[in-house]
Amino acid sequence: MSDTEFLLLVRGPLFTLATVILVGGVLIRIAEILFMGRKKSLAEARGSEASGGFRVMLSRSVPDADTFHRSGFTIISGYVFHIGLFVVIFLFVPHILVFERAIGLSWPGLPSNIIDATTVITLIAMLTLLIHRIVDPVRRMLSGFQDYWVWLVTALPLITGYFAFHRVGVSGAWMLAVHILSVELLMITFPFTSLSHAFTLWMSRWYNGAVSGYRGIR
Amino acid sequence: MSSEGLQRGYAILKEQIDAPTASYLSSCVNCGMCAEACLFFTETGDPRYTPIHKVEPLKKVWRHEYTFWGRLSKALGLSKPVTDEELAAWSPLVYDGCSMCGRCSVVCPVGNDITYMIRKVREGLAAAGHAPEGLVAATRRAITVGSPMGVKLPALQAQIRHVEQDTGLSVPVDVENADYMLLLSSMEIMNFPEFIAAVTRIFDRTEVSWTISSEAFEATNSGIQIGVSDLAAELVQRVVTAAEKLNVKYVISPECGHAYMAIRWEGPNLIGRPYGFRVVHILELLDELREQGRLKLQGKETDRLTYHDPCQIGRRGGILEQPRNLLRAISDDLVELPGGGMMNWCCGAGGGVSSNERADEIRLRAFNRKKSQLDQIQVDGLVSACSNCRIHIEEGLEHNHIDLPVLSLTELIEKHLAD
Repeated sequence: MSDTEFLLLVRGPLFTLATVILVGGVLIRIAEILFMGRKKSLAEARGSEASGGFRVMLSRSVPDADTFHRSGFTIISGYVFHIGLFVVIFLFVPHILVFERAIGLSWPGLPSNIIDATTVITLIAMLTLLIHRIVDPVRRMLSGFQDYWVWLVTALPLITGYFAFHRVGVSGAWMLAVHILSVELLMITFPFTSLSHAFTLWMSRWYNGAVSGYRGIR
Repeated sequence: MSSEGLQRGYAILKEQIDAPTASYLSSCVNCGMCAEACLFFTETGDPRYTPIHKVEPLKKVWRHEYTFWGRLSKALGLSKPVTDEELAAWSPLVYDGCSMCGRCSVVCPVGNDITYMIRKVREGLAAAGHAPEGLVAATRRAITVGSPMGVKLPALQAQIRHVEQDTGLSVPVDVENADYMLLLSSMEIMNFPEFIAAVTRIFDRTEVSWTISSEAFEATNSGIQIGVSDLAAELVQRVVTAAEKLNVKYVISPECGHAYMAIRWEGPNLIGRPYGFRVVHILELLDELREQGRLKLQGKETDRLTYHDPCQIGRRGGILEQPRNLLRAISDDLVELPGGGMMNWCCGAGGGVSSNERADEIRLRAFNRKKSQLDQIQVDGLVSACSNCRIHIEEGLEHNHIDLPVLSLTELIEKHLAD
C-alpha cells in the first residue's frame, strides 16, 4: 500500500467508522445513564432544581480560593491542557476545514505558529500531570491502566500532529495518515473510558447542583 | 464461595445505583482533588481516605453490572467481582474516615456528589454486616429504646422538671393543635438541657405555640448514619406519626446536623410520602421570629466570636444566612473561620463518626483541621448549632489543652432576649 492509499483509507472509511463509534458510543453512554432514572424528592422544596443545576454547571469551572490553594497544580495544569486541546483541535485552520467538510460549519482559525506553540505547551502540561499522577501518592493509588491509556491516546494526536506539521522523518502523507489514525484511536476510546467526562460532567454538575438548588443552598 | 452477607451487600449496592451515580462514576478522571478537600486525608496524609476511593466498591458493582466493558468481561469471566474481604476493608474508610461532610462534593471539578455515593456504600456495607459495632449498637438502641444513647421518656421528664423549676415556665408536652412540635437530640437531653431551657424562654417571650411529644422526641436518626434505610424510615415514621397525631403545623429540628438532614431532606423519601406538616430548623425559626420583630434582642457580646457551620445544616442543608443574621444582631465582633459558610471544614465527628468507638483516634486527628483554623483567627468563643459538633469540638480543644468556650447559638440568643 502506497502512502497515498494509506492516507485515503485512514481519512475515508476509517474516519467514518471512528465517527460512527464516537457519536453512537456517546449517545449510548448518555442514554445508559439517563435510563437509570432517579427518584424525585418528596421533601418540600426550598428552591428550584434548575437554578442550582445550571449554576453548578457553570460555577464548578471556577475553584474557590481554598481549593485553588490546595490543588493549584492540578487546576493550573488541567486548565492549560484543556484550553490547549481546545485551541489545537478547533482553531487550527486545516482542522476547521475537516469540520467544514463534515458538518458544513466554518469559523476563523489561529496562525499555525500559535497552534504550534500551543501544542508544545499542552504537551508539557500533560506531561507534568502524568508525572504528578505517578509521583503523588493519592494520584498513584487512584490510577489504573485506563488513566494511563487515556493519557496516551490524548497525547498521541498532539505528538503525531506536531511531527506531521514539521514533516519530521518520514513522508508528509504517511505522517498525516498516522496523525489521523491516532485521532481515530482517541475517537473510539472516547465513549468507553473516562474521556467521556467531557459529556457526562455536565450531567454530573447538573445532578449535584439540582440537589443544592432544591434545598436552597447558595 | 460468596457468603450470604456479601450477596446481600452486593444486591443493595446494585440497587443503589441511579442516574446521578452512573453519571458521577462515568465522569471521574481520578484527578485526586477530592483528597485535598477531605479533612481525613489532609490530617492523616493517608491516600486511602481520598473520598472517591471510598466509593470503590460501588464503582466496581457499577462497572460489573451497568457498563459495556464490565458486562462483557463479566460474561467472559475476566473481571473480579467485589469480595467480602474488600467490603470489610472499606468499612473503616467509609464509617471512621468520613463524616459525610460533603466538602468533596462541592470541590469535585466534574461535579460529582461523592458524599451521596459514600452514603450508598454505607447501605451496602451495613447490609453485608460490616457496619462498626458502635453504630450498630446505637441504631439498635434507637429502634428498641427510642434513642441512640438509650435516653427514655422518664429521663426527658426529669430534665423538663428541672427546666420548669429553673425558668418558672411550663414546658408543654403532648399539646394537641400546637403550631410547633420540638424534637431534641439525646445529646441535648443528657448533656445540654440548657438548650431546652433556652427554647422554653424564647418561645414564651415570642408567644410561639409549641409542644414536645412524649412519643417521639428524639431527633437523631442512626439509621441514616449507619446506612440502613428501613430503620431510618422507621425512626422518621415515629416522628411523623406523633406530629400528625398532635396535629401540629411544623416540626422543629434542633441543634443537630444530621437530624436536620434526616427529618427535613431524607425523611419524606424514606417513608415514601410528603408530610402533613412542614419542617423548620430552630435557626430558621429564630431568624424568622427576629425578622418579624417578635424576637427582640438586646445587648451585644463583648467577646470576639466565630460561627462553625455544622455541615448538614450549612453546606448540605442550606441554612447559612440565618445563623449569621442572628449573630450579627448580638455581636459586633464576628469573624469567619477560613472558608466559613459553604466551604467550612467539618469538626471531624459528624455522620456517625462520634458514635463509632473505632474512630476515636482518627476523629481527634481530624480535629486538627479545626484547631489550625482556630489558631488562625484567634477568637474568644466559638458558636455552633449542633450538639454533636459542640461536644466533639469541646473534646478536641480539651485534648489540645485549649481553653475556648463552645456555645450554642440558640442558648446565646436566649441570653440576649429583651426584657
